[in-house]
Amino acid sequence: MAEPQTLEIRDLSIGVGAHSVVDGVDFSIGRGEIVALVGESGSGKSLTALAIMGLLSGSVHQTGGTATFEGKALNLGDEAAMQKLRGTSLSMIFQEPVASLNPLLSVGAQVAESLVVHGRASATDAWDRAVETLRDVGIPAPEQRARQLPSSLSGGMCQRVMIASALIAAPRLLIADEPTTALDVTIQAQILHLMRRLRDETDTSVLIITHDMGVVASVADRVCVMYGGRIVEQAEVHALFAAPRHPYTKLLLSTIPRMDGPRKTELFSISGVVPDVSAWPEGCRFRTRCPLASNICATRPPLIPVSDAARDHVAACWHSDQVEGLA
Amino acid sequence: MTAYAAAWRRMFRSQPGDGVPVGVFLAILAIMVIVAIFAPLIAPYDPNTQNLLGRLKPPGTEARGVYYLLGSDELGRDLLSRVIHGARVSLAVAFLSVILSGCVGITLGMLAGYRGGWVEIVVMRLVDIFLSIPAILLAIIMVVVLGPGFLNVVLVLALTRWPRYARIAYGQTLAVSSQPYVRLARAMGAGPIRVLFLHILPNIIAPLAVVATLEFGLMVLFEAGLSFLGLGVQPPMASWGAMLSVGRNYVSSAWWIATFPGLCLFLLVLSVNLIGDRLSAYLNPKSR
Ligand SMILES: Nc1ncnc2c1ncn2[C@@H]1O[C@H](COP(=O)(O)OP(=O)(O)OP(=O)(O)O)[C@@H](O)[C@H]1O
Ligand code: SF4
Ligand SMILES: [Mg+2]
Repeated sequence: MAEPQTLEIRDLSIGVGAHSVVDGVDFSIGRGEIVALVGESGSGKSLTALAIMGLLSGSVHQTGGTATFEGKALNLGDEAAMQKLRGTSLSMIFQEPVASLNPLLSVGAQVAESLVVHGRASATDAWDRAVETLRDVGIPAPEQRARQLPSSLSGGMCQRVMIASALIAAPRLLIADEPTTALDVTIQAQILHLMRRLRDETDTSVLIITHDMGVVASVADRVCVMYGGRIVEQAEVHALFAAPRHPYTKLLLSTIPRMDGPRKTELFSISGVVPDVSAWPEGCRFRTRCPLASNICATRPPLIPVSDAARDHVAACWHSDQVEGLA
Repeated sequence: MTAYAAAWRRMFRSQPGDGVPVGVFLAILAIMVIVAIFAPLIAPYDPNTQNLLGRLKPPGTEARGVYYLLGSDELGRDLLSRVIHGARVSLAVAFLSVILSGCVGITLGMLAGYRGGWVEIVVMRLVDIFLSIPAILLAIIMVVVLGPGFLNVVLVLALTRWPRYARIAYGQTLAVSSQPYVRLARAMGAGPIRVLFLHILPNIIAPLAVVATLEFGLMVLFEAGLSFLGLGVQPPMASWGAMLSVGRNYVSSAWWIATFPGLCLFLLVLSVNLIGDRLSAYLNPKSR
């Protein structure tokens, strides 16, 4: 028998008030695997990640779904159980780096938080490791920086501080929500390298959320594409880049500037915007913007393998065989 | 705790255009606190020693070897010594009741804001009920039930005033607990107690400190009011309010008995309120 997946999510649904914003999301992340979750703004990526951490709050709540973590069933709503996992087996990097740091606590204390909370190191040990981790993420003069408050750091540095606070826990699963957006290209490459190293050295699984297909291409093993709160396509990264089978993925990929191809002056962008959660159409949610839409698309397409030969490449589109022909 | 130190520094950073430096009022308060703490060392005489031949002596007179700098009261006790010891009682009652009501109110308010659900409903209903009754009336009724005396007054004042802190702590906690840094702390595995007291409280302590300061002035007045009515500390213990109450009977013949404790009360409450105002003006720059 194969070893259990690090995380398996089945039929995860999330509601905001009466609206469903994430609808029946299924995916799994293997041991030491880096999975990218991509999609436009508002597609439900962050909420999916928060749900996995058991951190949905306020009017946002999980309405369905089950999870398995390293072979054991996990109740994402069980606060006590989730609290034990957070900062030990699970850790997360959030989207807003500056607001995610407590303005009144030193950077070092915040990086050391997970070690201190779980009693995994003495106070001085935790501090030393925090300084080391700050060095790992490329903070210059980490001994001095550790003692400063977040307000004396730039946005990019705050982001690296947060990354350090997630890495120090040495989690089994690291969730990174847009970990590199505020960073310049060199630092971005450094952070991505750090994630790959984490995976290579400790077999950590990573769920990376991003808009940036370039980031996907450089780190991910597998990709889940989300649209309108659903996964519309999932495949191994090369298969997805070589032959996307959902029109949305195809369009998303054509937004990457290509170094080899003819240079376009303007980046391609998908026409129209993601409709508001209250205005999602029946059936395929992409049909208001899809160039291949037809009558059948008013019925929800199942997420099924695109061919018998490629069982792990799945797409939810009635016309997935026509996607190749799309400009 | 570095977080609290940082919160404190942020609060007292001086601002250009502040007018009379807040330090002046802080100094007055500090002097009173020092006098209160070291009262037995500073007071020239025992505050309770009676001298029947030296009754109602005006300030600056001497009788039977006792020099009455601020005069004597109706039992020939040295007024200066009584005012000095009275500082002790007045400040101690105010300080203890602010600490007690602050701790209770802040804890309950934060819990209500963070946990929500039935905790929120119960706590905030109680707060509404308490705040709808005039506080001094509530205090008087409770003292009448519990009986007067130093500890009972502290207890009653704390019981009356905790809702002030609870309401503010509740609102602030609601606002702060949805902040991304609270979410990050939770993502690191921090439990509710750590989140509340390490991550949320330092970030909401400033407005609470303003309330506590203003409440401190109010508690001095409440104690004086209760003692004035004979419901506060009991004789022979001196408090400024109790001295005012006695002095009232002699305003025409011995003005000093009521005047000096009254002046002290005035100065104390004024300083404390101005400190509080300055604090809140600094925290809400738009309201100036
Ligand atoms: N706290 C909240 N209250 C109400 N609605 C919310 C809340 N958080 C998210 N939503 C809604 O849920 C939907 C999905 O949000 P989510 O943050 O998961 O998107 P996302 O894919 O992460 O987008 P982005 O790329 O902009 O981060 C959005 O329509 C958003 O408006
Ligand atoms: S199901 Fe229809 S509308 Fe949806 S993506 Fe496929 S072709 Fe487009
Ligand atoms: Mg997001």
